[in-house]
Amino acid sequence: MAKQYETVIGLEVHVELATKTKIFCGCSTAFGGEPNTHTCPVCTGMPGSLPVLNKQVLEYAIGVGLATNCDITRNCKFDRKNYFYPDNPQNYQISQLYLPICRNGYVEIETEEGSKKVGIHEIHMEEDAGKLIHDEWDDCSLVDYNRSGVPLIEIVSEPDMRSEQEVIAYLEKLRLIIQYLGASDCKLQEGSMRADVNLSVREVGAKEFGTRTEMKNLNSFKAIARAIEGERARQIDLLEDGEEVIQETRRWDDTKETSYAMRSKEDAQDYRYFPDPDLVPVVVSDELLESIRAKQPEFRTEKMARYAKEYDIPAYDIEIITGSKRMADLFEETVAICGQPKKVSNWLMVETMRLLKEQDMEAEDIRFSPAHLAALIQMTEKKEINSSVAKEVFEVMFNEDVDPAAYVEEKGLKTVHDEGALRKTIEEIVAANPQSVEDYRNGKEKAIGFLVGQTMKAMKGKADPGLVNQILKELL
Amino acid sequence: MANVITDETIEYVGILAKLELSLEEKEQAKKDMASMLDYIDKLGELDTTGIEPMSHVFPVHNVFREDKITNGDDRENILQNAPEEKNGMFVVPSTF
Amino acid sequence: MSCLDLSAVELSASIKEGKTTVKEAVEAVFSRIEEREDSLNCYVTLDKEGALKSAEQIQKKIDAGELTGPLAGVPVAIKDNLCTEGLLTTCSSKILGNFVPTYSSEAVINLQKAGAVILGKTNMDEFAMGSTSETSAFGPTKNPWNTDHVPGGSSGGSAAAVAAGECFYALGSDTGGSIRQPAAYCGVVGMKPTYGTVSRYGLIAYGSSLDQIGPLSRNVSDCAAILEVISSHDKKDSTSVERDDTDFTSALVDDVKGMKIGIPRDYFKEGLDNEVRDKVLAAAKVLEEKGAIVEEFDLSLVEYAIPAYYTIAAAEASSNLERFDGVKYGFRAEDCEELHQMYKRSRSQGFGPEVKRRIMLGSFVLSSGYYDAYYLKALRVKALIKKAFDEAFAKYDVILAPCAPTTAPKLGASLSDPIKMYLSDIYTISVNLAGLPGISLPCGMDKNGLPIGLQLIGDCFKEKKLIQTAYSYEQARGAFPLAKEGK
Repeated sequence: MAKQYETVIGLEVHVELATKTKIFCGCSTAFGGEPNTHTCPVCTGMPGSLPVLNKQVLEYAIGVGLATNCDITRNCKFDRKNYFYPDNPQNYQISQLYLPICRNGYVEIETEEGSKKVGIHEIHMEEDAGKLIHDEWDDCSLVDYNRSGVPLIEIVSEPDMRSEQEVIAYLEKLRLIIQYLGASDCKLQEGSMRADVNLSVREVGAKEFGTRTEMKNLNSFKAIARAIEGERARQIDLLEDGEEVIQETRRWDDTKETSYAMRSKEDAQDYRYFPDPDLVPVVVSDELLESIRAKQPEFRTEKMARYAKEYDIPAYDIEIITGSKRMADLFEETVAICGQPKKVSNWLMVETMRLLKEQDMEAEDIRFSPAHLAALIQMTEKKEINSSVAKEVFEVMFNEDVDPAAYVEEKGLKTVHDEGALRKTIEEIVAANPQSVEDYRNGKEKAIGFLVGQTMKAMKGKADPGLVNQILKELL
Repeated sequence: MANVITDETIEYVGILAKLELSLEEKEQAKKDMASMLDYIDKLGELDTTGIEPMSHVFPVHNVFREDKITNGDDRENILQNAPEEKNGMFVVPSTF
Repeated sequence: MSCLDLSAVELSASIKEGKTTVKEAVEAVFSRIEEREDSLNCYVTLDKEGALKSAEQIQKKIDAGELTGPLAGVPVAIKDNLCTEGLLTTCSSKILGNFVPTYSSEAVINLQKAGAVILGKTNMDEFAMGSTSETSAFGPTKNPWNTDHVPGGSSGGSAAAVAAGECFYALGSDTGGSIRQPAAYCGVVGMKPTYGTVSRYGLIAYGSSLDQIGPLSRNVSDCAAILEVISSHDKKDSTSVERDDTDFTSALVDDVKGMKIGIPRDYFKEGLDNEVRDKVLAAAKVLEEKGAIVEEFDLSLVEYAIPAYYTIAAAEASSNLERFDGVKYGFRAEDCEELHQMYKRSRSQGFGPEVKRRIMLGSFVLSSGYYDAYYLKALRVKALIKKAFDEAFAKYDVILAPCAPTTAPKLGASLSDPIKMYLSDIYTISVNLAGLPGISLPCGMDKNGLPIGLQLIGDCFKEKKLIQTAYSYEQARGAFPLAKEGK
């Protein structure tokens, strides 16, 4: 009988923090600048430059630590991790090894198999590297330091996960917590959340862990799931063939669905960590800790309970809406303006979800403002526009965040309430369609639908459907 | 307690420090490092049990900056000393 | 009397009184430089054009009453490891041989605000690693008292330039004695302030936890005035200390009555030259006669300071110097097709032997398996050394000691044996480990006509006591001459 294997997985998750400036200098963290335009002597490793810690980085890191049940290190330090690579301008990365800011936490995850705790070994603060771009024309690489020094936290889990489902559940849980905190937008595709997977296999029942490998370059949940599957199979094959798994770092190529070892003679993996003498220790006082604790937001569980109490909307809606911080914010902010929680929820659950899916977007990418959604709802309520016009306007709003009132005005989409004009149009329609009139009078109820449609068409969709029906019935 | 530095050690340290030594330099480096380590080994005479390693001489802590953008576009200055530059970036041998 | 004979503070006063102009001072100093620079090699870079230009601007500000400080209009030399905007900054290394910073170090900015005229950048041991200024990639600086001898190091160019009148004062940096020891060898005043007093922003780091910028000057009054100007709390340097007692010139008081001075017996043992010992003890006698209470005591741990220092400094240096890789600035070896080949060749060709020696040692002591045994051990010894000084300063205001075991050695004498060179820093190094202030000032000559340096060490933040003691001694000693035409 074939041996049964168990997969053991631990994750190293890097999250780019949503600060305005870099971790050790006053350069902007904004995306999209021309290469090297968000740089200064500090984040390009110029001789004589010195780092000074951005306080917001510490506060975000502690916030994440508290939300993941960690012990906060009251006396923490930064260390230098020494290795040569051109995206690392000082050839050392300022990170934390000996005294990371958070330790010994956990998050609770839910899978089909029930709920489970995944341990967090530590969370540390560090700086991101720059970007290397390949120049095929000259066969060289080009270095852009705009991302160099962008603050990161690295969340290191315990090897507590056993399947890709657990891994995804863990990542989604982390992402939600961090988004709720506003500490990061956590977009995998854009790299503001990155996961390295440490994976080993062992025979079911074995006490010792097998030799693990580390997989890098995973930039979607799907890639993570495929990489786990691929690596598990590769390791089992090796063991079945009587070979050994080598402890190494591997790069996942998602298009080829395969990984390869990243090894080099020049890569000694001996980082010579030591405390950075240019930075002083961070002492987390009771006051600081309490002020951060007091600022912690309402997380999902509490929010769900409150929604259930405050708003008369279905439990399913609550689950979906609170499943994204952006969505929950939109909901609450819109309701604050126009009331109507049911209507707001409907717009989010139906039209918003449809468009997100169609356009392969995440809730975090939503651009339209609560004020605009509220305005749209109010216009519908006041029957200034009918529901089909509202949907049309919403789609434009979703794509371009236009002001619905201005848009309706500009395009002349307002419902026509002028009964005289409408009556005149309907009279024309009735006169032009004797067959349908005949059919209706002969008891074919459906025929009226055709007449309503014709009227709406003639009115370019702007008629009040109730009024159209009423007038038609009168005339017939 | 004389230290002996092997060829492997010098080779390894050369990889860490990104230094390429000639044969002659390697021999000299082996001797120099061994004698410096012999000298440093003197520290072993001192009992330091229970003594905290001292990185900073003063108990200065919590030096922060506020999260405010203070730097603008400094690209021209940053690239001014670049040995090789292209499209506003530093050029290095291919890493791909 | 030529304006070259004036101290920095005297020159500034003379300019303000209209007796001389900034331009005259700059021209006089450049003519001295032209006379002596060929034989001394104090400077890596001279900037006569820039100096004359700023002389004009500063003169205008002085005339308009906008610049009134004690250093306004005075020409200064800057050690070549301090970044100067638009002016070559090499650390006396080939690897930075073409580096022109686009920013100035905070200490230089403070000087410029006070109306200093920058003459140029002084030679030094490469990356401040050395005690003789012979490890410079641009040839050694010679001692202006006798050009067969070294000026000391690493701030040898700064010390020699002050002694030879090639500037009115200079900035240096001190990691293990690099200001005080060359000051002693060249017969000038040199001071290393308490760690954190002068911002390190723009100082190209050697051992970050030990590096401190300080003045080299012709007398103690200048020293106090310079330190007062360059001290500042800088938000760009996390290790910069905020202090409100940097009015150092207020300590220029000729009075040591009741000042408690301790002489560490351990500093007067084997290895100390007799002439140095006698002159230093004679200086102690002078202070005692002026009313100081002088006592001998046991400091202990003296022989552990050098090994602890070399471990810590080399470890930090190995990391600090990683950024010199041929990617962003400085020297890049030619025709390298592969990345690591480029790193290795650029660094191997760009760094000199002493720098490579310390980088290798530093990389080794931090490497896997050795970190605890070497690096952490050294940090523990540092804690013990600090404690020993704390105990001493519970009893004494000032510690009095030689600055170096001998007077300036001959060129080439210590290069072949690194450990012998390191021993010349035995009396200065522990001051850096403990973050203390220390000052060196001349206290006589040996039989060969080479200056001898007296070192005074104070407790953290007690520069004023040092300045007061040094000033009182200087008043009793009388003016110390510049090194005129030496050998």
